Amino acid sequence: MKNENIIELKDITVSFDGEVILDRLNLSIQDGAFVTFLGRSGCGKTTTLRIIAGFLQPDEGDVFFDGQRINDVPPYRRNVNTIFQRYALFPHLNVFENVAFGLRVKNAPKEEVTEKVKEMLKLVNLEGYEKRKVTNLSGGQQQRVAIARALINRPSVLLLDEPLSALDAKLRKDMQVELRRIQRETGITFIFVTHDQEEALSMSDVIVVMNDGKIQQIGSPVDIYNEPKNAFVADFIGESNIIDGIMNRDDTVTFAGHTFTCVDEGFAYNEPVDVVIRPEDVDVVPVSDGMITGEITQATFKGDYYELIVEVKGFKWMVQTTDAYEEGQVIGIALDPDSIHVMHKSEYSGLYGDYSSFSDEMDAPAEEEKE
Amino acid sequence: MSASGKTVRRSPGTVLLNAPYMLWAGLFIIIPLFLVLYYALIDGDGNFTLDNLKELGNYTDVIFRSFWYSIIATVICLVVAYPFVYVVCKFGPTSKKLTNMFVTLPMWINLLIKTYCLTTLMDNNGLINQFMAFLGFGRLPLLNNTGAVIFGMVYNYLPYMILPIFNVMSRMDNSLMEAAEDLGCSPMQRLRRVVLPLSMPGVISGIIMVFIPSVSTFYISSKMGGTENSMIGDLIERQIRVQNDLSVAAAISLLLMVVILVSMFVLNRFSDDNEGGSMLV
Repeated sequence: MKNENIIELKDITVSFDGEVILDRLNLSIQDGAFVTFLGRSGCGKTTTLRIIAGFLQPDEGDVFFDGQRINDVPPYRRNVNTIFQRYALFPHLNVFENVAFGLRVKNAPKEEVTEKVKEMLKLVNLEGYEKRKVTNLSGGQQQRVAIARALINRPSVLLLDEPLSALDAKLRKDMQVELRRIQRETGITFIFVTHDQEEALSMSDVIVVMNDGKIQQIGSPVDIYNEPKNAFVADFIGESNIIDGIMNRDDTVTFAGHTFTCVDEGFAYNEPVDVVIRPEDVDVVPVSDGMITGEITQATFKGDYYELIVEVKGFKWMVQTTDAYEEGQVIGIALDPDSIHVMHKSEYSGLYGDYSSFSDEMDAPAEEEKE
Repeated sequence: MSASGKTVRRSPGTVLLNAPYMLWAGLFIIIPLFLVLYYALIDGDGNFTLDNLKELGNYTDVIFRSFWYSIIATVICLVVAYPFVYVVCKFGPTSKKLTNMFVTLPMWINLLIKTYCLTTLMDNNGLINQFMAFLGFGRLPLLNNTGAVIFGMVYNYLPYMILPIFNVMSRMDNSLMEAAEDLGCSPMQRLRRVVLPLSMPGVISGIIMVFIPSVSTFYISSKMGGTENSMIGDLIERQIRVQNDLSVAAAISLLLMVVILVSMFVLNRFSDDNEGGSMLV
């Protein structure tokens, strides 16, 4: 029986100079999926990718490819190809020869090489560029040559190491669509590494959120956004207000001095919890209609919406609304049961979720040390 | 190969900054070159003649020998240097720096002194032969033969082969190596398909930097090769100091220059496709 999981990682541990990079990581990747490893730099996502490619040996744990243990298989014998962050095109070869490289290594017959290179260049919309020097191509074109070069060997898995980070914002969006199309057309499993949560949300079938060498959550983009597992995921994916709360009983939670109805169940009675409210889920209402009230400390026009920072009982909420408000105005806040997401407390509780500042850098020094 | 000379605006300041070197180059490089040309084409009475160039026919053996020895020395340097650099580039940064230092170190010592030291070491009564005799092997004829000349050239010029190759190879992007491996190259295939072509500019520079001083060398061959192994450099020296014939010396120099220019031109053709290499010409 064919193994449904093309890649399996079992208890992978890696450390450099005594620093743990990956900590007993377990992961299964389904054949044909578009999987994204998402996390900040240093979270272990690229290390995981390099282990799958074979450039790095785990200190402990096993790597399986289609059910076979491949720890000792060198990269050139793995049916896996990589797109490198800065493309790593061969500067001494033209576009045709770069794409043909994998076939040349295998000593493929001339007609096959010509035909397949043509097919690949067509796939990435670079027909007619055969004779060009790769050093004279734009970033996006180089990117596409790298894709064609990696796909010509028909790998079972394509690894992409932050391939879009060097492109400008608009080109990046085009390439996102392009990559998604190529993945669907070829049916090849894509493992995509990025620190850009928007990129991850818009491209992936499955997102693997990583931090500190551990997997924080695995799920579809919608699951990860709507049901973050802990404060780290909630903060990292999109904007989140994360507030301390008490789960009184099923479907009832108290925070910000008010008891709300929610749709979360399965918590202990009076369990301390983290409550996630997305800024766009907050309804701004007249003070008299509000479940809680707050004072606007900052109002910023963002084009299609206003971003308000609202102080509620010493805690700064981010609120997004299409109506204009002014700083110093007192407003009422109403919340639907659906828009309240309750999470168990985790090691990340209390680290994120207040909007006194937007970045970690402007936060208290204690959090700096987390990095 | 970005901004060419055309696009640079020549302000008076630029001209002033250039002046000292231009003056230097004019006095000590350009004018002497014309003097060589002049002397090669006149006889003792100052009349135009091609006799000096015809004289060259008498020295074909020396000229041929010079090129032959230099080619052998260059090939040996390349064969020794390339694998050495290839291995060193896999070292960590500290060992890399240290190796680099040990390669550069001999270049701080004058060639003549190094050669002189070699001859005292390799002399019949030199340290090496004394040691051999002490061990009971008998003395070896280390000096005054072809092997000694070539050894002397390799000894002196090897760093000039190592450094340009090292420069190019140590700057090679490691992700290119990984890409090659990723696309199915075994280590040998990677060497052939990626490392070798990308290091060609360094190899060409190395060949030029070893071959040219080798072919025009004079001290090494006369000190280590005895009377049978003299080379073009020795010949020119002899024409000036012994025969006192500036014109024939100039003719030989002219030939040497032409041959060197032609070989550099040919060598540079080989690396034309490679950009960003360290080229001399």
